[in-house]
Amino acid sequence: MNRRVLLFLPLLGFIGLAVFFYYGLGQDPSYRDSALMTREFPAFEASTLEDPERQVDESLLTGAITLVNVWGEWCPACKQEMPQLLDLADRGIRMVGINYRDTREKGREFLDEFGNPFEVNIFDPEGDLGFDLGVYGAPETFLVDAQGVIRYHHTGYISPEDVRNTLLPEVEKWR
Amino acid sequence: MALTRCITALVSVLLSVSVMAAGIELREFDDPVMEERYKDLTASMRCPLCENQAIDDSDAPISADMRERVYRLLQDGQSDIEITNHMVARFGDYILYNPRLENRTYLLWGIPIALIVGGGLMVVLIVRARRNASATALSAEEQARLNELINRERSS
Repeated sequence: MNRRVLLFLPLLGFIGLAVFFYYGLGQDPSYRDSALMTREFPAFEASTLEDPERQVDESLLTGAITLVNVWGEWCPACKQEMPQLLDLADRGIRMVGINYRDTREKGREFLDEFGNPFEVNIFDPEGDLGFDLGVYGAPETFLVDAQGVIRYHHTGYISPEDVRNTLLPEVEKWR
Repeated sequence: MALTRCITALVSVLLSVSVMAAGIELREFDDPVMEERYKDLTASMRCPLCENQAIDDSDAPISADMRERVYRLLQDGQSDIEITNHMVARFGDYILYNPRLENRTYLLWGIPIALIVGGGLMVVLIVRARRNASATALSAEEQARLNELINRERSS
């Protein structure tokens, strides 16, 4: 009798693996947390898009909870999410942009055409700051708390549902 | 002769096209060891954007940035481990084709070893059990029954 029970072991192993793989199939392979989660915003030094003379560094992102949005004129999804970003700014959330792999001229044209929810835009033409943030495509959005620690990361387009269901609750959570 | 030349020309055109399509830049190395390390490093990192392509084989802008960074760090004299850590700090464990051995990857690395050891053990046990079973002598009762069967066979 005991031996017979042992014959069911392979079946149990199979069921275990099947459940494991089925769970894996249901996961979005492109979704993963940023490696910078719960770490301090990386040190940087750059000029602003608005004023080439004005230098900013990571202290720009301390003092108040801030949404940092990585965008570029060349990025179609960035244009589509601008209404949502303007809405977030209207709600009194501090917004800072990173103008990623762009030229000053094109970046400014973009803001003229689609609106400017940003208090200031960090100019990152070579993508150096983007690299330190682990940005692999725009748009990407980071929530940085008042101490300058990254608390939430959103990859890709921000829909109106994302604003309601994730971004606003996250901002409240870390305020 | 003309045909050979024609084929050579065609092949070289095709080769140059494929090199351009891959978008992989040529890099100069003074040191062949460093070149080898560059190849190994860029082949062992996964492009964060394209899900399953090494950065040495990917057209994505971020892969070009990462190759550039690997090259620069190599020139700066950093070790392979330092360069890997530099990349993982920014892009996460995701970019490693071979996950590092740490607390949360013990199971991942351990299961194949455990299966091989466990399977080997099982084979040894089964073989031993079979050998013992065949070597066991028949009891007196069994011997009597065997004789009876054989005799019945003969007499019929």
